[in-house]
Amino acid sequence: MDLFRSEEMVLVQLIMPAESAHDTITYLAELSLLQFRDLNPGKSPFQRTYANQVKRYAEMSRKLRFFHDQVAKAGKLAYRPIMENVTNLDELDHKLGDLESELLEINANNDKLQSSQSELMELKLVLQNGATLFHSTRHLENGQQLQSVLDDPSLEESVSRPLLLEQEMQTEPTKHGRLGFITGVVPKVKALSFERILFRATRGNMYLKQAPIDELVIDPATGEKVEKIVFVVFFSGSRARTKITKICEAFGANRYPFPEEPNRLWQMKSEVDERLSELQSTLDAGIYHRNNVLNNIGYSLEKWTLMVKKEKAVYHTLNMLSVDVTRKCLVAEAWCPVSAKPKIQDALQRAAYDSNSQVNTIFQILYTKESPPTFFETNKFTSAFQEIVDAYGVGRYQEANPGCFTIITFPFLFAVMFGDWGHGIALLLAALYLIINEKKFGSKQLGDIMNMAYGGRYVILLMAIFSIYTGFIYNEFFSVPFEIFGKSAYRCRDPSSSIASCMDASTAGLIKYSSTPYPFGVDPVWHGSRSELPFLNSMKMKMSILLGIAQMNLGIVLSYFNAKFFHSAIDIWYQFIPQLLFLNALFGYLSFLIILKWCQGSKPDLYHVMIYMFLSPIDDLGENQLFWGQRPVQIVLVLLALVAVPWMLLPKPLTLRKQHLQKARGQAYGVLDGSDTEDLDKGKEYEVEGEEFEFSEVLVHQMIHTIEFVLGAVSNTASYLRLWALSLAHAQLSAVFYDRVLLFAWEYSNPVIKLVGLFVFAACTVGVLLIMETLSAFLHALRLHWVEFQNKFYLGDGYKFHPFSFNTLSQDYEDDT
Amino acid sequence: MYGFEALNFNVDGGYLEAIVRGYKAGLLTTADYNNLCQCEHLDDIKMHLGASDYAPYLANEPSPLHTSAIVEKCTQKLVDDYNHMLSQATEPLSTFLEYITYGHMIDNVVLIVTGSLHERDVHELLEKCHPLGMFDSIATLAVAQNMRELYRLVLVDTPLAPYFSECITSEDLDEMNIEVMRNTLYKAYLEDFYRFCKKLGGATSTIMCDLLAFEADRRAINITINSIGTELTRDDRKKLYSNFGILYPYGHDELSVCEDFDQVRGAMEKYPAYQGIFAKLSFGESQMLDKAFYEEEVKRLTLTFEQQFHYAVFFAYMRLGEQEVRNLMWISECVAQQQKSRIHDGVVMIF
Repeated sequence: MDLFRSEEMVLVQLIMPAESAHDTITYLAELSLLQFRDLNPGKSPFQRTYANQVKRYAEMSRKLRFFHDQVAKAGKLAYRPIMENVTNLDELDHKLGDLESELLEINANNDKLQSSQSELMELKLVLQNGATLFHSTRHLENGQQLQSVLDDPSLEESVSRPLLLEQEMQTEPTKHGRLGFITGVVPKVKALSFERILFRATRGNMYLKQAPIDELVIDPATGEKVEKIVFVVFFSGSRARTKITKICEAFGANRYPFPEEPNRLWQMKSEVDERLSELQSTLDAGIYHRNNVLNNIGYSLEKWTLMVKKEKAVYHTLNMLSVDVTRKCLVAEAWCPVSAKPKIQDALQRAAYDSNSQVNTIFQILYTKESPPTFFETNKFTSAFQEIVDAYGVGRYQEANPGCFTIITFPFLFAVMFGDWGHGIALLLAALYLIINEKKFGSKQLGDIMNMAYGGRYVILLMAIFSIYTGFIYNEFFSVPFEIFGKSAYRCRDPSSSIASCMDASTAGLIKYSSTPYPFGVDPVWHGSRSELPFLNSMKMKMSILLGIAQMNLGIVLSYFNAKFFHSAIDIWYQFIPQLLFLNALFGYLSFLIILKWCQGSKPDLYHVMIYMFLSPIDDLGENQLFWGQRPVQIVLVLLALVAVPWMLLPKPLTLRKQHLQKARGQAYGVLDGSDTEDLDKGKEYEVEGEEFEFSEVLVHQMIHTIEFVLGAVSNTASYLRLWALSLAHAQLSAVFYDRVLLFAWEYSNPVIKLVGLFVFAACTVGVLLIMETLSAFLHALRLHWVEFQNKFYLGDGYKFHPFSFNTLSQDYEDDT
Repeated sequence: MYGFEALNFNVDGGYLEAIVRGYKAGLLTTADYNNLCQCEHLDDIKMHLGASDYAPYLANEPSPLHTSAIVEKCTQKLVDDYNHMLSQATEPLSTFLEYITYGHMIDNVVLIVTGSLHERDVHELLEKCHPLGMFDSIATLAVAQNMRELYRLVLVDTPLAPYFSECITSEDLDEMNIEVMRNTLYKAYLEDFYRFCKKLGGATSTIMCDLLAFEADRRAINITINSIGTELTRDDRKKLYSNFGILYPYGHDELSVCEDFDQVRGAMEKYPAYQGIFAKLSFGESQMLDKAFYEEEVKRLTLTFEQQFHYAVFFAYMRLGEQEVRNLMWISECVAQQQKSRIHDGVVMIF
């Protein structure tokens, strides 16, 4: 019964010599059985003992992140092992520093080369495109003067005109001689505002030609690929030149020289090409060198990252320990399971031996009033079920764990709502697929939903198996009944015809001919009969109540185990017993009647019995009498239920108050006489416990608890009727899909319609029944466990045991990448 | 938006208000500042900030840190927060958020114009600009020679254009002109923002108008103190005061004739809101005035978070964030220059 109570935990103190502290923590982390407590909560991170080491490892992990980015940017590389193997962290630190500076240098060089290459590239593009730009302008120039180009219809803006005229008058005489131009490249997004500003700055006295560059160009300044255009701007005057130059600078437009004579242009083009190819080969060499370095890094990057992470975690833990005044030893406090003590002591000895320490770590148990963390040792099968419970609340230390029962009850209640063995088999196949490929799925990242399904694969497996079982009981296979367990107990009134061809089956009904009922589950002939629904409803409803009462009784019994475990007689006498009486006097009796009625086959009205049991308990029962002496039994039960309410409400707070008063008095005496040592301890205990006792608060609390239980007994029982409702809904839905889709399509002889019908049926079955219905049945089963079952006994206010471990670190690493 | 904020504010503004309150909860607290003040190196500051919202911005900074790097990254965080909110905002909140940046735009314009007047490199100046006040053609400002050109070339495209209507002159730019231009622009900006907030109505208008009135009064006092002993005439000085706020109009009359700091104090002590600030300062001590005003502002800004369903929290968060960056800059400078005793002089605790 490991799962029934959480592991016994103790608070231990470790006093370790400073020189072996690091090794000790490392060994303990590998063991992962200790949860360290922060002993310097008041200190800020940089005031702690090992702040410098933590800083150093933060710096190292920053370098590693940088490498990681670089390797990722370089793409998939074939990693080759490097010669030396770094194990020492100091060495690693040096190596990382060296590698970083080397890489930074290479990057800087490459960037420089890259930017000059892209500058040349841009120049080349300017030369190429510029020729066409100039060609078109010159073409115009031949016919008219450039000044008329300025009046070109394309540029005809009414604002610019008067200004232009004015400017022209001033500059006309010298204009032709000093018509300057600037060529360059500007990012396309800025082109529009660039043109606008140019226009404004020169008052329209310029002419801009632009041509888009087809491919993306690498910007020399940022190294990013952007869309750019080549422009040529013509202007006159030197003032305009300085202005335009400034504007170009402001817009990040790169200016390039452009020779006017064609042969000079040609010469320049070939020069640029030559230099480009030269640069390209240098650049290639640089990239090759860089990839080499990255290869070396990439090979051991993961290992290094893990190493640094481990070290960082160790120092973080060391920072939580308090340092002795002499700085010779560190004191740690940690929670650990009692059973793990020998393992821990063994690890401590090994650590002391390996670190050549002269003194062993002192390991001693501390006694504390604090509640220890809750720790269950789970395996891959039980963990998912424990998760279901923990999602509601982590159990208080050592209280009865519902997880233990959930393993069976959860899938079973699910199956009650999901009873169909056809659907069950489909679900089973899915679960088996997940389980068989467990290793494959476990090692890789899954999507959100897939991850959930994978985590709960064993829950799904059990749910599927139970669904098959309840499916046989309900006798449903995709809503079709089968006669597999023997012959039906009914036959047609006309003995010659079989049930299928019976004419009056749905009007007059069938007759029972066999005295032995159908051996297992529901008789298949009920399906499609006139009284199918009343029969099934009555059965499922009663079954739900029986299951519910059983589960709630289990909850109450568990509260007895809790009370017994924590030696709380009050809870047994004033909580457990009246609760048990109350629930069973009402609904336990109802269950008894249900079973009795099934056994007898009699026809009393159970509603009537239950209602008049309260309204007029002394009246004659008449035809509703099920057994001899029913009336006096009912009177006793009603009285018991009535007595149970004040029994739950009053004695517990009153007893607590009495105990408190006694304690307070005892304390006063205790201080006067008694031996020294015991006395001090006791005094402390009382101080902690005795202070806060507010009678009214306890009473109100108990009142709420009582009301909740009494009302809950009714509403929780009613709540179990969801088992009936959902199983009904499931059966009806699958019947609808089968009758209205599959059979409807089957009536046609056209195979295409049949195929479509089959497809729609399959889609509906998978989408609605297998996925949505599974989810809804799962949710309802979850609610029944969390609310109806667990509120009877489960406090769920504990906290989880989080041992310091390296395993979680390596998982983190996988998450990061 | 009149009156029914509680009913319909959350339709558009609820998400962002939650976001901004979350951001505000991430601001450094007094305990953090106390810890920061004990830092010995800039690395310690980085480590401490590693536990705050700044962590992702500082984590990848190589180790020998500089104050500028810390300030740049922290500002970057604020700007990212702002951009995130702006991209989510709908009208009229987006306009409101844009208004917040106009002040920085004015400062940036002035910075670039002054810088280029002193023949400084434009790119160097651009780096000094506040990233919130950037606009497309800001670099082109250097081309302008006088106000008219400045306006016509660049600013006509920016939201600042309407504010320029009052200060277009053909005079060449010089120090004095620029300073007057800054204050005129600020005046127009504050008045416009004030009108805009009035128009929004409801709690936003009440709270924002108070905050802006405080801002306007503070500027009026600062203008007065800074213009003492310069050639600015009384009428010109008065023209720079914004036409709203507690001091408008009678306080302005008194401020405009002040000739030294003690006269300003005398004028201000009649106003209960500012009495407290001036009461803290001893006679003749004007250096601490800035800090006193900052403290008062921070107090008012934090109070805006007490009320729900209004836009002033966005304004308050941006201001508080800027104050925090200023604090961090001061602390880092003090730590870097080994002047730890002076840390407390410059830090304005937010909470």
